[in-house]
Amino acid sequence: MIIARVAALVLATCGALSAFADEGEWGRYAVDGRRSGYTYAASETRAMQDDEFENPGSIWLAKGEDLWGTVEGSKGKSCASCHGDAATSMRGVGARYPVVDEKRGKLMNVEQRVNLCRVGAMGAAAWPTESEALLAMTTFVKHQSLNMPVSPVVDGAAAPFFAKGKAIYETRRGQLDLACVHCHEMNHGNMLRAQRLSEGMSNGFPAYRLKWQALGSLQRRMSGCMRDVRAEPYPDGAEEYVDLELYLAWRARGLPVETPAVRN
Amino acid sequence: MAEQEHSMDKPRVKVPAKVTRGEPFEVKALVSHKMESGQRQDEKTGAKIPRKILNRFVCTLDGVEILRATLHPAVSANPYLSFYASAEQSGEMKFEWTDDDGSTLSARARIEVEP
Repeated sequence: MIIARVAALVLATCGALSAFADEGEWGRYAVDGRRSGYTYAASETRAMQDDEFENPGSIWLAKGEDLWGTVEGSKGKSCASCHGDAATSMRGVGARYPVVDEKRGKLMNVEQRVNLCRVGAMGAAAWPTESEALLAMTTFVKHQSLNMPVSPVVDGAAAPFFAKGKAIYETRRGQLDLACVHCHEMNHGNMLRAQRLSEGMSNGFPAYRLKWQALGSLQRRMSGCMRDVRAEPYPDGAEEYVDLELYLAWRARGLPVETPAVRN
Repeated sequence: MAEQEHSMDKPRVKVPAKVTRGEPFEVKALVSHKMESGQRQDEKTGAKIPRKILNRFVCTLDGVEILRATLHPAVSANPYLSFYASAEQSGEMKFEWTDDDGSTLSARARIEVEP
């Protein structure tokens, strides 16, 4: 009986090892042992993401493209008035952000940068967090870096924000007393009820989530995780989310930008 | 200023620009819609959220119906439909979705048949 159990255990361990050892098959979706959420998704979900038309995120993408050229605000400008063709001017943005705005001494993600332009350069109202328009624009901007490797700057002025993000990532929270690291670094690949835990990579966000039946931001996803461990999420637009976003971008370094990805 | 309403209900369709006479080709149609099932309750008030789905889809080629579908509440948000059709002559394909409230969304696409 004991021998049989040991044998079963050895077999189970081998199974787990082989699942992680074989990373070559994932091509650009795996870098130095770090794997995109894409590699944890079901094949049907991956197929949905890969088909430019079938990917439901394309609805937001098309909307974002419309908004890029839409004049709004007191100064009679659109995004295109200053930035021209997004394919050129926004290329690389999605791979680099969040970045430190030296003038304001603040770490800023794409959503915040878009709103800064709207209020300052356009004289228009800021779009609310998680609004359809802000999601569409963020998706459109990040999509211009499709397949570029995620490459945030985490030293220099960004170092303190990075340190804060890392601390948040490693801090236990909620009634379940879990930190991000417990699921996404120590247990990725294992099942959490019916779902396979991924490495919590951020390279596909904003992403279309089948559970939401909608596209949502990284912040929305992080709030979801926090609620799942029965913790109180940070308020909308909290600095902590942006710090965490920088740390997640560093974790996803080298993985391709997939925005808009399709996930469970 | 209140949040602007940006309508996303512009349907998207994809057909090959050129098709071979009588040969099947794939047609794809995607539309953004909440597809509210009528089974949900408002979290705060407990009131039932009324059903609002696209209940009917029709595709025609030069006015001749080639596919009709009745959709039910279990169909997900942002319904994506794909099917195969074949054509004997060039023409205009029209796609129409009918909402529970009677309104419709439509899209068109031109196909050229090569001998």
